[in-house]
Amino acid sequence: MSALDFSIILLISSLAAGLLGALSGLGGGVVIVPLLTVIFHVDIHYAIGASLVSVIATSSGAAAAYVREGFSNIRIGMFLEIATTLGALVGAWLTTRVPTHAIGVVFGMVLLYSAYTALRHHREIITQRPDPLALRLRLQGTLPTGPDTHQDYVAQRVPAGFGLMTLAGTLSGLLGIGSGAVKVIAMDQAMRLPFKVSTTTSNFMIGVTAAASAGLYLRSGYLAPALAMPVMLGVLVGSLIGSRLLVRVHVRTLKIVFALVIVALGVEMIINSLRGAL
Amino acid sequence: MIWPTQHQPHQPPAAPGPWTDQRIEIWVGVMLRTGVMLAAAIVLFGGILYLAHNHGPRPDYSHFAAEPAHLITFSGILHGVAALNPESIIMLGLLVLIATPVARVVMCIVGFLFERDRLYTVVSTIVLLILLYSLFLHK
Repeated sequence: MSALDFSIILLISSLAAGLLGALSGLGGGVVIVPLLTVIFHVDIHYAIGASLVSVIATSSGAAAAYVREGFSNIRIGMFLEIATTLGALVGAWLTTRVPTHAIGVVFGMVLLYSAYTALRHHREIITQRPDPLALRLRLQGTLPTGPDTHQDYVAQRVPAGFGLMTLAGTLSGLLGIGSGAVKVIAMDQAMRLPFKVSTTTSNFMIGVTAAASAGLYLRSGYLAPALAMPVMLGVLVGSLIGSRLLVRVHVRTLKIVFALVIVALGVEMIINSLRGAL
Repeated sequence: MIWPTQHQPHQPPAAPGPWTDQRIEIWVGVMLRTGVMLAAAIVLFGGILYLAHNHGPRPDYSHFAAEPAHLITFSGILHGVAALNPESIIMLGLLVLIATPVARVVMCIVGFLFERDRLYTVVSTIVLLILLYSLFLHK
């Protein structure tokens, strides 16, 4: 295969991943690594490098749209970024120490878990009991629920949320993903924040978290320019198109289809890793 | 990553006046988009140059051998860009991209300073210090 053909195939695959990721709400970043390793036989270190830059691109590229919606909370995001960036430092360091097959197995398990969280029915748990630590840190806000209505919220169980965010950061640094699924769980399940606040704040945090791994990825030689180029451009364009398309497709069906793809890739990655073929 | 798929009616941009979180976010959003578009344009330019110069078979990425020294340091990349090396130009685009979230944190520090929010000026500064450590010192 020529360099040009390879770049075009990567560009189209990444565009599809970004588009499906945006339309389904699952994010395209999570399928880039299995796509590159399982289908294109790229070493996992190059794959996580290309994935990480696409994650930064989609997070920053979508920011303007999220800001307009007015749901994200920059204080909660900034406070929790202390946890995610510290976690990312640990995760990126682990990639230079942990054997390849172990990274592959962890990745496969994260894929299966992402598919599970995407398909599970979401239950909103809002508690109004003020949390003293959250009040001191002002981890609170107001969510517009209609033209003249709004809902106040205060974060609960801040230490649990902070701990889960450290885990999200570590997974992000270790696997080159945004770990949006874990970030959302930390905010809406542990800290009991409204779901819309959790998802939009999570997207805002993903870029900063990923940037904390980028330096070590660069110095360790994971960023292969000719590989990252089509992947980053493809995912970015795909996700921008996806987030602007008025969704005529059935989101639930799309989620199920994409989740099945993720499950298949996750199983494939675990099997390949255990066989030593990754 | 989780993406919301429903778009709500847009709120009007914040009017000039006192600094608010909403206003910081609007500025940050514009900066992030501009940064990403600039990064994508540089990467695309480098990519076109790369493909114009490389007609051979696809590079083999199946075995990891860290990228060469001139593509893994800031000074090496800048020297390569000066020599119009296509791969170095792609890397420059990636560096611009990596810089966008860092710039976001810097803008939040400035915004919180204008809001006279001491606590969150400190919180944002801690995040910036972690990012700078990761970019320049982390081994």
